[in-house]
Amino acid sequence: MREYYDLQLNELNNQIIEMGSLVEKSVAYSTKALVECEIEKLEKLPKYEKAVNKKEKEIEGLCVNLIMHNQPVAKDLRFISAALKMVTDIERIGDLAEDIAEIAKLVAAADYKVKADSFSKIANTAVKMVNLGIDAFVARDLELAQKVAEMDNIVDQLFIEVREKLVSGLKTGEFPSEPALDLFLAVKYYERIGDHAVNIAEWVAYSLTGKIENYDDFGIDD
Amino acid sequence: MDKFTIKNMNLYYGKFHALKDVNLSMQENKITAFIGPSGCGKSTLLKSLNRMNDLVEGCKITGDIRLDNEDIYGNMDVNILRKRVGMVFQKANPFPMSVYDNIAYGPRTHGIRKKSELDEIVESSLRDAAIWDELKDRLKKSALGLSGGQQQRLCIARALAVKPEVLLMDEATSALDPISTGKIEELCLKLKDQYTIIMVTHNMQQALRIADYTAFFLLGEMIEYDKTDQIFSNPKEKKTEEYITGRFG
Repeated sequence: MREYYDLQLNELNNQIIEMGSLVEKSVAYSTKALVECEIEKLEKLPKYEKAVNKKEKEIEGLCVNLIMHNQPVAKDLRFISAALKMVTDIERIGDLAEDIAEIAKLVAAADYKVKADSFSKIANTAVKMVNLGIDAFVARDLELAQKVAEMDNIVDQLFIEVREKLVSGLKTGEFPSEPALDLFLAVKYYERIGDHAVNIAEWVAYSLTGKIENYDDFGIDD
Repeated sequence: MDKFTIKNMNLYYGKFHALKDVNLSMQENKITAFIGPSGCGKSTLLKSLNRMNDLVEGCKITGDIRLDNEDIYGNMDVNILRKRVGMVFQKANPFPMSVYDNIAYGPRTHGIRKKSELDEIVESSLRDAAIWDELKDRLKKSALGLSGGQQQRLCIARALAVKPEVLLMDEATSALDPISTGKIEELCLKLKDQYTIIMVTHNMQQALRIADYTAFFLLGEMIEYDKTDQIFSNPKEKKTEEYITGRFG
């Protein structure tokens, strides 16, 4: 019964996974470029970005069609509305990955290497949050979604640490000012990526529980 | 406040156990929808609320159905019950007489004879049923000449004319076009300030649009009863989920 509908829902699921995987790669490559100066990794990025934007529109179209043709209710409605909200966050992460890639190029041109531990930590934690957010969606895993929300605290803390390091490096003259400012932007982008990953996790939680939750509901201090 | 309370109700048509241990309270000035596949017992339950099943041979009811805490299967006069609990059916069934006489029929049987009083009832009932403007110049014309949607609203007006407290609607819009359906849905939302409405519908979008509470029935059992938004966004029972998402039934 409702075979075609189920096929379309399955298609929506697969499209989200594909889009998520494209964005995961974008973030991973731009982070490699930034943290390890692997600039050659960035060649593929425009292709991914284009594919992500295309996928976003396809998914939105699919969601609208599913709503129009099937008037979904219950878990179907939650799944489709969560998908419709999530794609915006996934797409924004893709944009931020592109911005980070631009900074990676600038920083590499300035022959400035990122050595601060906490910098690679914030980048890797944010990337991990994106991976887990998508994984939580794929596996319909509420615990994983909650873990993503918890990890955001680490990212927020690391953001403060990196900022302090950059400020003190600037004061002492250890860091040249221009790349330091670029890097500050990059950490802010990672902090934003963390927030988008939390949004994804919250929509995963909504699709599973029917409750629209935020940080506080996860039992985490804001 | 609870208008109707049903406790441990069982209904048998001969040997067939049509409703099984139903427990349900329906609130005053709210719209409650009964949903479920054909044969699940929802219309049977609706008809039990104004004892329409009394007319069915071999129908036996056990348990307790109370209207304002008064046992409707006890000492209550069935004519009084049906005055308090009006009903509108799937197929509009105007009497073969004028629009005016259709509405005045109920009040006349309850002893109202004065023309001015009847005029007032006819106008207020048609106004309440949102059909006065369409029919005010056709009061003497036969009700059978009205469109399906108008006939159904006329039947609602006829039910309202005896000033009931509860309005039972058995798939009252299923034979109507979307515009007439929309008018009746709007009407229900307006009427619930004064009446308690209990409806059976196969149209789940309709339940979603207008019902405050929804009860899901399956094979004579009430599976789930909750606020409509809850039932349709996050039902507790797997059977409800399967039915409303169209994967079963």
